[in-house]
Amino acid sequence: MDLEYTAEQHTFRGEVRSWLAANVPDQPLQTFDTAEGFKQHREWEAILNKGRWGMVTWPESLGGRACDLIEWLIFEEEYYQARAPLRVNQNGIFLLGPTLMEYGTEEQKARILPKMANGEEVWAQAWSEPNAGSDMAAIRSAAKLEGDRYIINGQKTWSTRAVWADWCFGMFRTDPESERHRGLTFILVPLDSPGITVRPIAQLDGLPGFAEIFFDNVEVAIENRLGDEGAGWSVAMATAGFERGLMLRSPARFQETAKRLVELYMANRDSADGDPAVKDAVLRAYLNAESYCLTTYQTACRLNKGGKIGAESSTNKIFWSELDQNMHATAISILGARAELLPHAPAAQGVGNWLDGWLFSQSGPIYAGTNEVQRNIIAERMLGMPR
Amino acid sequence: MDFTFTEDQLLFQESVRDFLQNEVTCERIRASWETDSGRDTALWNQLVELGLTGMTVPEEHGGLGMTELDFVLLAQECGYVALPEPLVHTVMVAVPMLNELGGELAAEWLPKIAAGDARVVVGLQQCLLVEDAHIADLLLLQQGNVLVAATADQVFLKHNESIDPSRKLFSVEVQAGAQQIAEGEQAATCVANALNRGALGCAAQALGLAQRMVDLSVQYTSERQQFGKPIGSFQAVKHHMANVAVQLEYARAPTHRAAYAIANGQELAAYAVSHAKIVACEAANLAAKNSHQVHGAMGYTWEMDLHIFMKKAWALANTWGDTGFHKSRIGDRIFAPRAALGAGATFA
Repeated sequence: MDLEYTAEQHTFRGEVRSWLAANVPDQPLQTFDTAEGFKQHREWEAILNKGRWGMVTWPESLGGRACDLIEWLIFEEEYYQARAPLRVNQNGIFLLGPTLMEYGTEEQKARILPKMANGEEVWAQAWSEPNAGSDMAAIRSAAKLEGDRYIINGQKTWSTRAVWADWCFGMFRTDPESERHRGLTFILVPLDSPGITVRPIAQLDGLPGFAEIFFDNVEVAIENRLGDEGAGWSVAMATAGFERGLMLRSPARFQETAKRLVELYMANRDSADGDPAVKDAVLRAYLNAESYCLTTYQTACRLNKGGKIGAESSTNKIFWSELDQNMHATAISILGARAELLPHAPAAQGVGNWLDGWLFSQSGPIYAGTNEVQRNIIAERMLGMPR
Repeated sequence: MDFTFTEDQLLFQESVRDFLQNEVTCERIRASWETDSGRDTALWNQLVELGLTGMTVPEEHGGLGMTELDFVLLAQECGYVALPEPLVHTVMVAVPMLNELGGELAAEWLPKIAAGDARVVVGLQQCLLVEDAHIADLLLLQQGNVLVAATADQVFLKHNESIDPSRKLFSVEVQAGAQQIAEGEQAATCVANALNRGALGCAAQALGLAQRMVDLSVQYTSERQQFGKPIGSFQAVKHHMANVAVQLEYARAPTHRAAYAIANGQELAAYAVSHAKIVACEAANLAAKNSHQVHGAMGYTWEMDLHIFMKKAWALANTWGDTGFHKSRIGDRIFAPRAALGAGATFA
């Protein structure tokens, strides 16, 4: 065990830090849940990509730096410290990208990954359906192969980024006789295809962060199938859960929130201490963010050395989503009567973006598999309790 | 950056685990409750033969010359079986204190500990009572601002019975003849380090205890049937155990980091230890609570083995610095002006 960064890791951190210092926009971008903000974030992806910082874990041939997981964690630490923009194409670069590298044909990789990397094509996910939420194997949207194209009919929902995205990816039932996990196929669909209707869904903040997608005889070329027909479930599950979690929700994000929470508490200590539970909640938030970081490093080091990870990766989703919710709840209680105010309200001094974060933190225990489903997975597959 | 244990460390853990699980059964623990000392000399001699008592004794004194980091995984295994013998105390607290004090005292006692010819315990004011003082040949005791070494005939002991029959606790009065061995800054450093090592020992054992209670509960709820099926198939029961698994999963790395910090004399060792102790003991306390719940009324009985582990978990949470002590040390660090916090600060 050696818990010191190597000289190379320090150098790498320095490079990331100086590039971000020179390139992160001075003014925060508008939220990507608006048309203008979406455009700004797309442009930021192009800037990142030009500097070869778009996706540092990708191979060099694809504009990456072939970083290992520790370098990825370092990159993220610098990225969140620099308050750089959120990643509008995260469904593409973090989720679909690695899956494509594993299952895609050479033609697909060459056609899709470069445009994904530079933000030219932003990706939405299309997993859930009105009757297939936690029970994703209940998918009914159908794709029928006719000649060299699939004809898709059905409906997807809760499709994050779909309002302004260019493509979506998801699973469709290609075998109408099939049930559950069998007979599903992973297909990539251009969102400007004829027959597609995207209906924005306003989120808690009133902005259209996700959408429903209706498919009415949508034709998709067979080149856009990822993996074999009927193999959709295993393609979707293939990229290890932990690495997905690590890409999407690396510890740096929560550590920076915890740091801001400590600062918020210190700045409002006189009023905050009126509720003695607040100080403990701040302390606990900081420790839990630190535990998340330490555990992630430990797992990353194990994976770097060829170790494997199993169902224990389900603990990850529960831990960070509840941590995030608790941190924001604490911030809200420190802010007191100011907490409900939108940032432009005259009396909203010092509210920062806690309200936004609070709203978003409500979604953490729900998306990417509800925490109840994760607990079932932990109990059955990690602990071996009876089904 | 390599946050993994070596092959050797993992193999050692495995062999000690096998030994402990075979030898330290709940029946044997219950049998020890019926003896005067509550301690099992035969078992201690087996631990000596395995070289365990001398793990942190330097090689020139007949030990293996290993560190707290080498021992932390073994301390988890001691927790898993609720080992009543003071192995963690010996390896993690008493021997390192003698190492720090050095000189004739170390030269005299360290070889004896490694060879199984003597037992040494440490008593700190923070701990209220002294563990296993009744079987100690030498006691290293904090007396205000100084440390004294007292042999068994130089102390007067009063037994303080614990709800955990495996824990043997004593108030100690030092009689004439005890020798002052450190004062001033040296004594303060020794005491602070011993407290950190003792707390680390608690954290590591708490991890093992939590795991054991989960394992017992999984087994029990897989067998116990109600409404025509195993109660472990009900989500409400599953989620109790999943919640423990989550806490436990995120308590290990902080404990291993604390062991590393102590073994390497890092400045953040005190903070790292307090972090580890809080989260590991919380995981163990949650394991106790939820395991008891899924055991139903059986969990409330003396007959069921669960309480062997619950009581130890409860006790460890409040000894070697209670929760208030450790939280206030965390607070001192993170609420300090210009504290280095946030992303990138963890290993800096």
